Amino acid sequence: MKLTESLALALKNIVSSKVRTLLTMLGIIIGVAAAIVIVGLGNGLEQYVTDSFSDLGTNTLTVTVMSRGSTRSLDAEDMYELVEENSQYLDLCSPTVPMMGYVKIGSETVDSTTSQGVSEDYFAIAGLEVASGRGLQYSDMATRSKVCVIGAYLNQAYFGGNAVGETLRVGGQSLTVVGVLAQQGDTPEEGGSDDCLYLPYTTAERISGEASSYTITMQSEDYIDQSVAALEAALYEVFQSDSYYTVTSMAEMLETMTSMINILVGVLAGIAAISLVVGGIGIMNIMLVSVTERTREIGIRKSLGAKERYIMQQFVIEAAATSALGGIIGILFGDGLSAVATTVIARISEESITVAPTLGAVALAFGISVGIGILFGYLPAKKAARLNPIDALHYD
Amino acid sequence: MNPLIEFQQVCKYYQMGETTVVAADHISFQIYKGELVAIVGSSGSGKSTCMNIIGCLDVPTQGTYLLKGQDVGQMNKNQLAEVRNQLLGFIFQQYNLLPKLNLVENVEIPLMYAGVSKRERRERARAALEEVGLGEKWRHKPMELSGGQQQRVSIARALVGHPAVILADEPTGALDSRTGREVLGMLQDLHRQGHTVVLITHDNSIAVQAQRIIRLEDGQVVYDGPSNAPEAVVTPRAAGGGSL
Repeated sequence: MKLTESLALALKNIVSSKVRTLLTMLGIIIGVAAAIVIVGLGNGLEQYVTDSFSDLGTNTLTVTVMSRGSTRSLDAEDMYELVEENSQYLDLCSPTVPMMGYVKIGSETVDSTTSQGVSEDYFAIAGLEVASGRGLQYSDMATRSKVCVIGAYLNQAYFGGNAVGETLRVGGQSLTVVGVLAQQGDTPEEGGSDDCLYLPYTTAERISGEASSYTITMQSEDYIDQSVAALEAALYEVFQSDSYYTVTSMAEMLETMTSMINILVGVLAGIAAISLVVGGIGIMNIMLVSVTERTREIGIRKSLGAKERYIMQQFVIEAAATSALGGIIGILFGDGLSAVATTVIARISEESITVAPTLGAVALAFGISVGIGILFGYLPAKKAARLNPIDALHYD
Repeated sequence: MNPLIEFQQVCKYYQMGETTVVAADHISFQIYKGELVAIVGSSGSGKSTCMNIIGCLDVPTQGTYLLKGQDVGQMNKNQLAEVRNQLLGFIFQQYNLLPKLNLVENVEIPLMYAGVSKRERRERARAALEEVGLGEKWRHKPMELSGGQQQRVSIARALVGHPAVILADEPTGALDSRTGREVLGMLQDLHRQGHTVVLITHDNSIAVQAQRIIRLEDGQVVYDGPSNAPEAVVTPRAAGGGSL
């Protein structure tokens, strides 16, 4: 007897008892759907984090100096020199000075805007483009000019798209808008990546104090280890202690974030796997009942010449087909749920995370569900195959 | 000519807790190709044990059973399944058709286990259904048929694999007397066509339809001879004064 015939027989049996089959498959359906959504969500999160980091560039390093308490200090000029000295690894450098005060436009106060003092190289480092007007220039730094470049949100929401030449106030300082950045998000939103403002770091230092954080790019991503080592060595030389500075690479942070997401996804997928095992036990349970119910059928088949392995084959394939069908339904269900999750996430938060199941996850889920059917179908099938034909024939 | 079925001192013992039940006690007989034999006896006479052994559903505890010259007692489960498939055709009292399958699917089961291709077995199963007069109803499910019709389907299933022996276990037991006679007539037709038919029954009026009767009592053969002899239908003890 061929496998295809056993399969046809199994499908016939599955179709003839739809409700029972559906109930049997429920555990597998839920398990597979959950696994697919979780893996999809994990992939979406990872993609989201990767995208966010690559906006900043994975070849950037962040140096934070905490000179409070130390008798030694390091200012922006020193840092520029330090970068220059290690120019075989390092490329551009920009201090970043966070501005605490709100942005005031006319009589309105905008409290959502992220304002930073940066150097003329910052736009190249962060991959920002100027859509109209000009960016910041070296002369702005040198003369501490009272100018700024704003994001698309402020431009559209408060200046009707014609911000260049207008003035606004940050931390009590009046600044002239000289440029507007190109839009980054899908729609410029309050508090989003387009709600930003950049001014010369020298101007910012006057309002908020000395720069303590620097964003530095490397010549190449391959130089992470050398760059970090060179910067740490130079900073140690200045401070004579490693407790006054930290050097972080975006790539390392990305790695840390990714591995954290992976652990999270792993734990959740483990929970989904438990559901699959429970589903498998459900299949075994129903198959055992089915063997008892079909004792007479087994006896008839045996009396007509079915060998033990055919009976075995029939029951194992039926279990495998049931759980494979459950797997397919679970995959479709999981895909649907992923699409719903994507829409819901987009609606309730400003970030968009695409919950996309990978082909690998789908194939694995299908494989596991077939495997579970075979594994948990084996015992009942063995029981069926071993039945004594005489007893089975007289079973009522 | 070698016998088709040969029992040589066949014994079957069952262990029921502490006691040993003797179901077959040194039974010997021979059945030749083309015979219509009734094995008759009351319940507990050992006829069911005989039928199980002839049908290769069971093997003797002692003694030898040769089917077409092959020693069944020496066979493993797979070989027994093959023998059942190739050499035997079963007709049961309860028809034993599979309720979820239609008639043609029921009839083709033995051919499926024999590895016959789907097309060929469908053709042969349809032909076998034609033979028992149910060719038109091949799509029906067994439950849509009368008892007599169902038994005809099971005759078709027994015939489809061209077995050497057709083994009928109380084939009329579940039928009214008129349809019972019809089914019996079909078995006689098969006999006339040259098939070897072994009929197991407790009913003398059925048994006398065969040419030859083997009467069992308490696991032993008490009569083996033509069905038209008076001893064939009367138990020796009953003849000695008791009533049946």
